[in-house]
Order: sequence, then C-alpha cells, then structure tokens
Amino acid sequence: MYEFEIERPSSVADAVKALGQEDAQPLSGGQTLIPTLKARLAMPSVLVSLTGIKELQGVEMRDGALWIGGGTTHAAVMRDAAESYPALAKLAARIGDPAVRNRGTIGGSLANNDPSACYPAAALASGATIETDRREIAADDYFQGIFTTAIEEGEIVTGVRFPIPQAAHYEKFIQPASRFPLVAAYVAQFSDGVRVAITGASNEGVFRWTEAEAALSERFDADALEGLTLDGGNMIGDLHGSGAYRAHLCGVMTRRAVQAIA
Amino acid sequence: MPKDFEPSSGIGASSKRREDIRFLTGSGRYTDDINLRRQTHVFFLRSDVAHGRLTGVDTSAAEDMPGVLKIFTGADFAEIGGMPCGWQITDKHGQPMQEPKHPVLAHEKVRHVGEPIAAVVAETLAQARDAAEAIVVDIDELPAVVNMKEAVKDDAPKVHDDLTSNLCYDWGFVEENKDAVNKAFEDAAHVTTLELVNNRLVANPMEPRVAIGDYDRSAGDYTLYTTSQNPHVIRLLMGAFVLGIPEHKLRVVAPDVGGGFGTKIFHYQEEAFCTFAAKAVGRPVRWTSSRSEAFMSDAHGRDHVTKIELALDAENNFTALRTDTYANMGAYLSTFAPSVPTWLHGTLMAGNYKTPLIYVNVKAVFTNTVPVDAYRGAGRPEATYQLERLIDKAAHELKVDPIKLRRQNFVTEFPYATPVAVEYDTGDYNATMDKLEEIADHAGFEARRRESEAKGKLRGFGVNCYIEACGIAPSNLVGQLGARAGLYESATVRVNATGGLVVMTGSHSHGQGHETSFAQVVADMIGIDENMVEIVHGDTARTPMGMGTYGSRSLAVGGSAMVRATEKIIAKAKKIASHLLEASEGDIELKDGAFSVAGTDKSVAWGDVTLAAYVPHNYPLEEIEPGLEETAFYDPSNFTYPAGAYACEVELDPETGHVTVERFTAADDFGNVVNPMIVTGQVHGGLAQGIGQALLENCAYDEDGQLLSASYMDYAMPRASDLPFYDVDHSCQTPCTHNPLGVKGCGEAGAIGSPPAVVNAVLDAMRSGGKDIGHIDMPVSPARVWEAMHG
Repeated sequence: MYEFEIERPSSVADAVKALGQEDAQPLSGGQTLIPTLKARLAMPSVLVSLTGIKELQGVEMRDGALWIGGGTTHAAVMRDAAESYPALAKLAARIGDPAVRNRGTIGGSLANNDPSACYPAAALASGATIETDRREIAADDYFQGIFTTAIEEGEIVTGVRFPIPQAAHYEKFIQPASRFPLVAAYVAQFSDGVRVAITGASNEGVFRWTEAEAALSERFDADALEGLTLDGGNMIGDLHGSGAYRAHLCGVMTRRAVQAIA
Repeated sequence: MPKDFEPSSGIGASSKRREDIRFLTGSGRYTDDINLRRQTHVFFLRSDVAHGRLTGVDTSAAEDMPGVLKIFTGADFAEIGGMPCGWQITDKHGQPMQEPKHPVLAHEKVRHVGEPIAAVVAETLAQARDAAEAIVVDIDELPAVVNMKEAVKDDAPKVHDDLTSNLCYDWGFVEENKDAVNKAFEDAAHVTTLELVNNRLVANPMEPRVAIGDYDRSAGDYTLYTTSQNPHVIRLLMGAFVLGIPEHKLRVVAPDVGGGFGTKIFHYQEEAFCTFAAKAVGRPVRWTSSRSEAFMSDAHGRDHVTKIELALDAENNFTALRTDTYANMGAYLSTFAPSVPTWLHGTLMAGNYKTPLIYVNVKAVFTNTVPVDAYRGAGRPEATYQLERLIDKAAHELKVDPIKLRRQNFVTEFPYATPVAVEYDTGDYNATMDKLEEIADHAGFEARRRESEAKGKLRGFGVNCYIEACGIAPSNLVGQLGARAGLYESATVRVNATGGLVVMTGSHSHGQGHETSFAQVVADMIGIDENMVEIVHGDTARTPMGMGTYGSRSLAVGGSAMVRATEKIIAKAKKIASHLLEASEGDIELKDGAFSVAGTDKSVAWGDVTLAAYVPHNYPLEEIEPGLEETAFYDPSNFTYPAGAYACEVELDPETGHVTVERFTAADDFGNVVNPMIVTGQVHGGLAQGIGQALLENCAYDEDGQLLSASYMDYAMPRASDLPFYDVDHSCQTPCTHNPLGVKGCGEAGAIGSPPAVVNAVLDAMRSGGKDIGHIDMPVSPARVWEAMHG
C-alpha cells in the first residue's frame, strides 16, 4: 500500500464533500479495493470510508419494493432479505466466504461492476433502481460494461430498490479457483414478463439475455429455451474455459434457474 | 502384523498430537514471529519479463529515499558462489549434465518472471518497497522458451548462453536394456501407447517462506532463521558453497514451519541474501514472502510430458515398458531438481508389477519458468500416474477388468529385484487390493451408478496401485547415483538426572507430528510415559548433523537413528543397574520403566538408574563414564517400499463437465504403524493434494513466459467442499525388513497414489455416457471435460 489519509464521515453529505478532494476514493467493504491497494495498483490520496454512515444501512420494504442501503453487507442481506426476497438472500449467502460476506457491501459490488460479480445480475434481472446521493438510475441504464457504470466521480450508491418478482432464482457455476461465477444466470418472473441477466460470461459485463426473456415470457418452461444459443465470440475466454464453453453454460444455468422456479 | 487392539500409549497408540496445542491456539513460533533488535527489512525487486538481457540497474534515485540503508544488485554477488545444485546426473553418453550458474541476484540476464534483480534493505518494508519502485531497470527483452519440446529444437532461444543448448541431460535407464526392450515391443501381442502431461503445481504451504539473517560482529557468528525442512542442509550448502562461512560460525534455525511439501527443502537466494546482507548492513535483515512472490519464487513441482508404451503377450502379461519423458527444470537447477525425474522416477517405473524389461528416457529441459523441484512424492507421482493410467488404458483396449489385469501382473514374491535397479524387500499387493475392493464396496458400484444416472449424472469408478521408494536413502548408493550429500539421519538422546529424556533429531517436523510419534517410540522402548520424552529439532546448534525431512524418511531413517541411540542408552543403563542391583549385566531386564534381575524380585526404577548416572556416588566409575547421553547415526541399507491400492468414485455432470469426488478409498501398506491417527492424517492431506492435482491445480504460463495462475484467483486449491469423507485403511502391514521399527513411511502416499484413480474414474464415467476418449489431461476441469464430451 501507498500512504493515504482516511476519513470516516457519518453522513452521505459529508462523504460527498470528502470525495470532492483530489484523488479521493470511497471505501465501502473493501473486498476489492483493499487487495488492489495492497498490490499497489491504486494510489488514492484520501479514502473516504462509508461504513460509519447509518443512512446507508438497512434492508426494508418501501412502497412495495425492497430497499437495501448501499453500505449493507452481504451477510445482512442474507439474513434480512430472507423472507421478503429469498432468491436475493440466497445469492448473498453464496458470495465469497463468511469473511467476505461480513465486510463486502451491495453498494460496493454494484459500483465496482466486476464482470464476474453476483449482485449485478440480481439488480439487472430484477429491474432494480440504483439510488445515489444525487439521482436514481434504472439498472438497464446503470451497467455500462466491465468495471464501468453510470455513476460519476465522487458519486455514492446510497441504496438499491428491488421490485420483488413473483419468483426468482440465481443459478451459479463457480470458477474453481476464485469461486466467482464462471457463468451465472438470474431469472426473475414478473406478472408482466420475465427478465434474465447473465454474469461472468461476457466481455461486456453483465447483460440481459433478451431472446431467453421473450421465450420465457411467452411460456415459463425450461423447454421454451430449446434451440436458443448465445454467441461465444464475445464471451470471456481464459484458463477456466473458452467463450464457447461460457456461452453453453449460459443456456444450462438459465434452464436450471427456470427449473428451480417452475 | 497389526496389533489386535490399539494400545493406550507407546508404539501403536493414537496419542493426540502434543504440538497441536500450540498450533491450534495461535501460540506456535514460526520464523516470522521472530523479531530481532534493530532488524531491517528487505524488498526484492523481481523481473516482470521472462527472458531478457539486463543492460542496466540504476539505483541512484532509490538510494536517497527515506529509510534506505543499502541496495544490492547482481554485481554485489559477482564474486560470490552461486546457488549450488545437490545432485549431478550423468547422461546416457556418460557425460555430466549441463549445470548453469545460478546467481543470488540476476546478473547480465533475467531468465524467469520473479527472478530477483535487486534487493533494497530499509528501516521498514514499506520504505524498501517505495525505493524499489525508484530503481530503473533496463532489460532488452529476448524471446522466451516455455514449451519443452520447442526448447530443445536447434533454433530455440537459449536460456543460458554459455550452455550448448537447453537440454540439461538426456538420461537413459537402463541404457543396456534398451535393445532388449525394443525387441520385446516387436514381439508383443498387444501394445498400448499413451501420451500425457503431469501438470505443473505450486506447493502453496500455508506459511510462506521467511528468512532472517543475523550477524554478531563481536563473535563473527552468523545466524539464519528460515522456513526449512532441513536446517543442516541449508547450513552446509549456504556456508560451504555460496557464502564461504565455516559451519562452526553459522547457525541455522528452522523453528515451527507451517508446511513444506518439498518446496522448503531447497536452498533459496533469499536465505543467502539475508545472511550476507546482515553483515554488510550490520543489522539483522528479514524477508517474508508475500503470496504473490511465493507463486513466482518457490520451486514448482511436476511438469512432465510423457509418451509411455506397454507391451503385453497374448495372455496379457506385461512383457516390456518404454517411456519417453520431457521434464521441466525451469530456468535454473533448484537444489535437488535433477534427481526428481531420474532416480526418484525411473526407479519406480516397475510399479507393483513384474514387467521384466523397462527402458526409461528422460530429457531434462531448461525453460524461462520458475525452477521445478521435488513436491510431495517427487518423481514417484509422475511414475505412478503414467503407469497406472497406461494399465487402465490397456485393460480397456483388451476388454479385461482393470483390477484383474493388475492382479495378474503383480509382484508376489519378495525380495523382488526390479529391472530398474531397486529391490523391493517386502509387500503384499493382493492384500491391499482385496482390502480396497472390500471397503470401497466395489460390488455396490453398479447400484450407485444407477442412482446417479437417475439424477442425470454419470458415475465412474477408477482404481490404481502405487509403490514408492521412501526411507531416503542409502548414502553409498545415492553417492554412486550423483548425490552430493549423504542421506543418513542422526539422533542424540540425552537422559536427565531425574529420568526425563530429550531427543535431538536431525529430522524436521513441519506438520508431521514428530514431537508426538517420536516420543512414543522412545517411551515404548524404555517403558515410561510419553510425556517424559521431549523432541528437539530444527536448530543446528541443538541437534546433531542431520539431513532433514522429505521423501517419507523421518520415521524410517530418523526414527531408526533414535532407536539406535536409545539402545545405547539402555545398554549403558543396564550396566548401571547391574551395579546397583549387584547382579550380572546379562541378567538385567528392562520392563515398564524398571530394571530387574531375571528370576528374582529385585529391581531398580528407571529414575534411580538415571540419577545414579549423574550423581555417581555408588557407581562403577572405573568401568563406565558418568552421564547418560548417546548419539547414533543411521544409514539405511535399502529404501522402504510403501505400497497400496486406491479407488475413486466420481459423479460427472454431462451438461457442465463438473466432476465431484463422491468416494475415495485408500488401502495402504506402511509396514508397522507408530501412531495410526497421525498416519491417517498424513494420508488425508496427501489425498487432498493428489485430488487437487487431478481436478483443480494448474500452474500455467503463456507463450511469453508470463505466469497466468499467479494468485488464488486463478490457481485453484482444493477445499474441504471439494473432497469427500475418505475411507482410509492401513491394516495391511508387511513390516520393512531392514530397519529396526519395520516402518516404511506414509507422508507422500496419498499424493502419489490418488491422481490416476481420479482420472481413471472420470474416464469411466465418460465411457458410461458413450464417450470413450482414451485419455484426458489433468487438471480435469469442467471446461476440459465438457470439451472432451462435446468435441
């Protein structure tokens, strides 16, 4: 690590102010940022810790949707969303290990938008709304490619509003080393249609599989996916699998998610 | 033979590991826990290119940075001996291997990613690291060689300019048998051929390597604290060959060590550097490897590419075996690297079978990768994997049962001289196979397969046998084979006045539980409580010259030295007892911690005898010296040959290619067993590493020599959830015939014996799904399985 200052504001307003300093960077659970700092791959002058801000904490129903504060840990989501949105709680329960779940936050995950993270798939498939200190952004507009989102420098994810689907399931196939998703599919069934989001697979990050959505909205049955394929050409290829393999797994994971619901 | 019941103490008891109290409560004392007054920190600037000419290392800006004490480069070590290699192989033409210079810090060239170029010593680690970033390194990049078969081509870039090629040696074994082997292949009724890769691994001990150098200017004494499996070997190699420090001025301490697995046998540059720099800087110098550094500086394991062929006659008897292996040495020769693909591999190619003719060819090759050396099993897993995969393939080609084919060809009469230079003293391979079939419930497999198929999964059953040569090793033999060291072991038994014992062993425990099992042996011999015996290891100032722990040698060789020293103690104590009891020495018996006169009720307790030895008021001073302390060195007359049979049952998801190990059964013959619980634990750990190699672990480089699996994000370690509950049995016991305990060694068996069973099981599962692909390389990752199923 290089040397840095750390600030611990107690309100979002103070955090935003602190982030106005040159080379300031927000620090939430630190599950990505701290290893990055240890490897000396980032050199912020000031880290603004968001973990002491009460208004970023919480899991509660607001106007028929599930609101989760940006600073809420995976462990808290696992516990507190279990009744209101079980599919999301189960997703949170399978992120990393207990140490990661007790530190990592939903806001941090969404702001980072790792192409193999779990939460982006849930947010996109649920049609969630990302709340920041200055605006609200629909998930469809929020994710803009790997490690890229609509949020601007110094903007903080303060919360996420999840419409609750009639049924949903997240099916994850893990990469054997990191245990991030090699490919995972989040299927959410709403009264007006089905949304399917895929993480881990694409060079462009989390995406909606619109052909699968159309087929499943027509008929919510795994067989409806028969014959649907994704092109492996723009999928991630690495030590753990080719683009073609990932494209194949998109189909398998989506089908299994549907079977788990149906 | 196994004892009918498990005793509560002494040999055969599952005594709880006394060292676990400190290991499990965070009170172990590891090298990194040692902090010396005025210590300084070193950061190594390492090459980020695989191959290049080092044209400049400018440290001027870095030297002025805060906290910097001194910066070293390759030039500072130009006059100092390089890193030595402990084993010289003679090639098939009778010529010595090509042996490159191995500098402490890179000089003129860099040859692998991770090679240290400069070392910054500073007040704090952060300051050292800051200054390292200010060093300007100029490297003219050269094309890297990574693939071994490319590396031996005439036009390949040379890793070492002063060698004639990248070929370290071309070894033929046994060269005189070659023509007869080839003739047997011409006459064969059937020949099975297999090409396979034994994947490169990173050992990944939980504790990374650490070195702390200290120099006492007033006495001229050096001390190195290091994470080593063999402190005396480090003292000898570093003192004599690298730094020119006589052994009496150099102490090497290896305290609690958190796992070795072979990779902590070797002498590393960082150890020599910290020792050297401690004098140059005038303060202690310490280094703790980061996990990232460990991936690119700890010696790697395995990395063989092999073509192997088996000749059979019309009755399916094995008539000849022929192998052609490329073994990766990496960029330099690590301490014992040349011995691994040769004497630790070629001599095991007979396996458990009476194949009369064998020829092994091994080409050891330099590449722009991290040096490769021994890793749990060292050469023997490579031999076992080839042979046991090949036999399975032969069985399927011939449509015979793989177990039946193995049994038909088992060695059944002992001693058995193999055609590859070793003599198995004892064994019973049918007994372990019988035991395996029983506890693996082979008969119930078809029912379990149907259950899996009902869930849409494929199920496979795979077996293999293994044999290993442990108890390393007879010194005169290994000397003839090129070892530059003896491989005896030592023990000093010091009896205190009040009867307690301290045993100072040259073996080193880094997780094996010696402090418990060694104490059991000595206590059992005397008939006293185990807690009266303390085991000391890991410090050249406290223990006699010993060769350390590797090759499953500690109990067989180190334990034998301890037995010999204890026998001397008992012999002397009997003399003292005969004096105290006023009886003839020949009539004195030692039982349950007391000396008695045969046929009488006269006796004297152990503690009274030991007290007399140190308070010799009533003592035969004219005949024997006071005191009770003896040392023994034990040099084994042969290797030991643990052997067994393993079975793996996997479930395979044909849609994703994911393989899970549902059952794993190990039936081992380790000879006599001192502590069954510790032996079971050793097998468990070995199986985790073997299954890890088979399914998960893969150290991969790209074609430019960049390490792709350089962290746990990409290097998959086995975790508890990847492993089943094992069924482990070691009740089949044919005691070793040539060491006093009748023990064979158990540390490496699990890692040696498990990979072929896993791969055989995966292929069996795939066959049951209609896909007979003949072979799949490790690690059998989901992607590889899926591609094989759908390719």
